[in-house]
Amino acid sequence: MNINLKVWRQEQDTKKGMFKTYRLQDIDPNISFLEMLDILNNKLIKKKLDPVAFDHDCREGICGSCGFMINGQPHGPQKATTVCQLYMRSFNSENEIVLEPFRASSFKIVKDLSIDRTAFDRIIYAGGFVPVDTGGAEEANLTIVEKANADESFLSAACIGCGACVAACKNSSAMLFTAAKVSHLALLPQGEPDKKERVQKMVATMDEEGFGACTNTGACSAECPKEISQENIARLNREFIKSQL
Amino acid sequence: MNDFILDSKVPSGPLHRNWSNHKEDLGALSEEKANKYKIIIIGTGLAGASAAATLAEKGFNVDAFSYHESPRRAHSIAAQGGINAAKNYKNDGDSIMRLFYDTIKGGDFRSREENVYRLAELSANIIDQCVAQGVPFAREYGGLLDNRSFGGVQVSRTFYARGQTGQQLLLGAYSALSRQLSKGKVCFFPRHDMLDIVVVDGKAKGVVTRNLLNGKIRSHYADAVILATGGYSNAYYLSTNAMASNVTANWRAHRKGALFANPSFTQIHPTCIPVKNNFQSKLTLMSESLRNDGRVWVPKKKNDLRKPNDISENERDYYLERIYPAFGNLVPRDVASRRTKEVCDNGQGVGKTGIAVYLDFKRVIQDKGKQYVQEKYGNLFDMYQKITDEDPYTTPMKIYPAVHYTMGGLWVDYNLMTTIPGLFSIGESNFSDHGANRLGASALMQALADGYFIVPHTITDYLSKETPGSLNKTNQSTFESVAHNTKQEIEKIMNIKGTLVVDEIHKELGKIVWDKVGMSRNSEGLRKALEDIPKIKEKFWTKLLIPGSKEDFNQELEKALRLKDFIELAELMALDALDRKESCGGHFREEFQTKENEAKRNDMEFMYVAAWQYNKDGKPKLFKENLEYKNVKLKTRSYK
Repeated sequence: MNINLKVWRQEQDTKKGMFKTYRLQDIDPNISFLEMLDILNNKLIKKKLDPVAFDHDCREGICGSCGFMINGQPHGPQKATTVCQLYMRSFNSENEIVLEPFRASSFKIVKDLSIDRTAFDRIIYAGGFVPVDTGGAEEANLTIVEKANADESFLSAACIGCGACVAACKNSSAMLFTAAKVSHLALLPQGEPDKKERVQKMVATMDEEGFGACTNTGACSAECPKEISQENIARLNREFIKSQL
Repeated sequence: MNDFILDSKVPSGPLHRNWSNHKEDLGALSEEKANKYKIIIIGTGLAGASAAATLAEKGFNVDAFSYHESPRRAHSIAAQGGINAAKNYKNDGDSIMRLFYDTIKGGDFRSREENVYRLAELSANIIDQCVAQGVPFAREYGGLLDNRSFGGVQVSRTFYARGQTGQQLLLGAYSALSRQLSKGKVCFFPRHDMLDIVVVDGKAKGVVTRNLLNGKIRSHYADAVILATGGYSNAYYLSTNAMASNVTANWRAHRKGALFANPSFTQIHPTCIPVKNNFQSKLTLMSESLRNDGRVWVPKKKNDLRKPNDISENERDYYLERIYPAFGNLVPRDVASRRTKEVCDNGQGVGKTGIAVYLDFKRVIQDKGKQYVQEKYGNLFDMYQKITDEDPYTTPMKIYPAVHYTMGGLWVDYNLMTTIPGLFSIGESNFSDHGANRLGASALMQALADGYFIVPHTITDYLSKETPGSLNKTNQSTFESVAHNTKQEIEKIMNIKGTLVVDEIHKELGKIVWDKVGMSRNSEGLRKALEDIPKIKEKFWTKLLIPGSKEDFNQELEKALRLKDFIELAELMALDALDRKESCGGHFREEFQTKENEAKRNDMEFMYVAAWQYNKDGKPKLFKENLEYKNVKLKTRSYK
């Protein structure tokens, strides 16, 4: 297949960016999207041009490194799929494919499609943990967790921190990301003792980092490659209100 | 470099008292005193993050470096199946002794008894720790923790979180690390590569790093350094490791005097999605847990091009069940991989390339229903479908072995210290516990045992004998000169200005290593590899083309610096494989096999750890650490 790429090129956050177009011919539909970009980059390098920078690592959809907008959608057209798990067979020959970084004022552009999502880390540093030291933990099976809660907690904890939720949101809100971590711990007895402090600190940091407010549009959840449910946001709101009582 | 005798420092008492006795003898530091020391940790995956958090809790100041933007992206996150622990929750007779024995036997009697026993002993604490952190392990309806089976053992001792156990454990360690980051006890340097280690008066005192965002080279001082930088599977180019996983930190330490142990002991995992074309950039693992319910088979007839569902039961060869009736599909990884290669070499492989076998779930779906399979393996099935465009619920998966893990690594003593005093190595980056073959669900266990429970004690002992911050002006020049050398090397690479991109050279290297130092090896092939790898090195230094500038975010330059070290390592892998004239675990030498094509060990001559010393001007020098088995009886592994 042949494709026409329109790629956002930007040297760094402080410089102005622009779209550039590239045409690739005879692309095997069974290669992955990132392998297609590898091909593009190797061609650019051979022509002594600068390759397109993009984040990626595990290429198995779990590390959360990859992610950019493909034709206006975070991670592209396939539901519940990160860019690295997307294959060229999802596109038609002669399609134009537009690539842009995840755009949000809290995510600075590193270069081209590569962004800085350390704002997410700072939200976790604020309280996304159970305050236990190493050693002295009690026998694991003394903590009984109802299977339904354990399963629900796991589904929230499955967030990969890729930032698609923020990119999908018209307000650049990080509610789904924050809510997933608050939920993961709120659903477990281990998260009980410091749950008030956790939710307050995490929400405060989310605001300080400049993420927007949540208006319950649900685009975040719809575009999430791990299908983190919007219920998490309801749970965060509940936890937040309860914490102020 | 001087000669020395490798001292493993293993305690000599009774096995079950070794670690507790040893711990009592280790020096301690109060929190107030610990606060005067700085420790550098390279890598923040399971081993690095757990060590960083625990050391900070003890009062040490930690500088942690990663080439990722966040510790949560380390490749530990991709581990699927689970983590072993001798909890005996299933009441199936599991015990520390049994986990110890399974691991020693699984490693084909090429690991240290004392280290492995300690690992088994600590396994239960790891689960306790992780549960306390809120790791959402799978549970039974009664609310207790669930277990499943893994290859090479006959008990059920693997704890899991669907097919995302590594993710959940890493997020647990990352959360503990986050807590220390919020307190300012750990300083995290994202997007930094370690490019050299600084040795002052024979002791590790710091590192030189490159900031990947702006290319700045900087040296950092510390009282001790821990390398937690994972394995070197990407020497093969195609592996299940993440794209950036590399050997650079370990190799630079090796060049500075740290011995590298058993480099040829690499693990080829039997169940991965097969290579499909030349553009393939990496391979994807399908968790070993699938072999609990999936059955491996090929058509009995050679070159049988029919669809799998058109091949009747009596025309199928369930070769693992046939050859190994006791363990069946759950034989250890090295055995399953080699048998798979054998049937494919014999023309029974399936798919377009003929380099694949089936992993079939028809029976379990019939017996227990689709929902059962979905709940246990749902994410793996989804992933398979996305990659291959085939539905594994209705048509069998196609799988083939791929490089997955490296048992070899920096040589460490019982304290996890390398041959450079003050330099420690933990997790996959050391060679310590898995011998010549690692059992499934043991990597996570080892990474966390090292990080949470071992190195925090042993490094404290080392530091208790060191004066904190003991760096004077003359030493400063050592730091400057190491940083200067690093800059010069980068300059040299930028100036090659050839015509080949990094991936092209890496692919060539990978092909040699896979063909000659892969699933089966022989003297002729290894000698050829030793002739060909220097040609790749030559090509690297004359034909490489790096775009852009060294002062920018330059992903090609990052790759080049890693490839340079892979090339040097590959030579050592081949040399080690050639030198070990026996078959054991993942190291299968065609010249040394039984009549049934099983690995034939030579305990008389090769029951040792091969630890290699770097020699700038010539052949690496071999040091042997002889292994002694006082608590287990040596025998030929049998899974029949």
